[in-house]
Amino acid sequence: MSTLSAPRIRIPRSARAGEVIEIRSLIEHPMETGLRHDGPRRDMLTRLLVRMNGETVLAAEFRNGTSANPYHVFFVRMDRTSTFDFTWTDEAGRTARAEARVTVA
Amino acid sequence: MMTRRRSLLALALLPAAAAATTADDALAAAMREAVGDAAITDGGITLRAPTTAENGGQVPVTILAESPMTAADHVTAIHVFATANPTPGVASFRLTPLLARAEVQTRIRLAEAQRIIVLAQMNDGRVRRATAEIRVTTGGCLT
Repeated sequence: MSTLSAPRIRIPRSARAGEVIEIRSLIEHPMETGLRHDGPRRDMLTRLLVRMNGETVLAAEFRNGTSANPYHVFFVRMDRTSTFDFTWTDEAGRTARAEARVTVA
Repeated sequence: MMTRRRSLLALALLPAAAAATTADDALAAAMREAVGDAAITDGGITLRAPTTAENGGQVPVTILAESPMTAADHVTAIHVFATANPTPGVASFRLTPLLARAEVQTRIRLAEAQRIIVLAQMNDGRVRRATAEIRVTTGGCLT
């Protein structure tokens, strides 16, 4: 089994206190449902967990209708310098992680 | 003769009707699994999706539920369903008040032209609904 690919996060490096920032995440993955005739066997990500300073911001559960290379955008209001942690998990329990720090001046 | 024609007609209609029932059952089951038996009311959600998606494999969808996203009043989950896919489930998003607004942008796949349904659950148990009809030029290779 191959390992999960490295995710890509687009997030500002800094923000003003109270500013709403946009966070974009992308991970390359076939999201193969296993339903296709003569297609590859099932290989799906099941979950994305986004935490800010250890607290859950957003948790996604993926089912068959989520596209290949899952891409998500969401918005967070920044109050203080924070570390974001992103974890994707597939059905075999493998994970991919990314981390980002946003400085609030 | 009439009887025979009728029975042929019935036979011709049967598979389609059976398939529709199975899809409806799967959708109802998926929605019940997501929000239980809570009453669902329309509105309170802005659902942005293309009217025609060229590539059913990558259809951009934006869901924005009306909510102040405070500890006292926030959206706890957004569920997305594709009514005519082989399986209706697309994704469930668990939201927290750390989000500035109850908005998630994602990309979904649609096997054919269909209606998508979005449900937003509030922390007080209310459930809102929005739908969108999307035409699909090239289906999203689900089967």
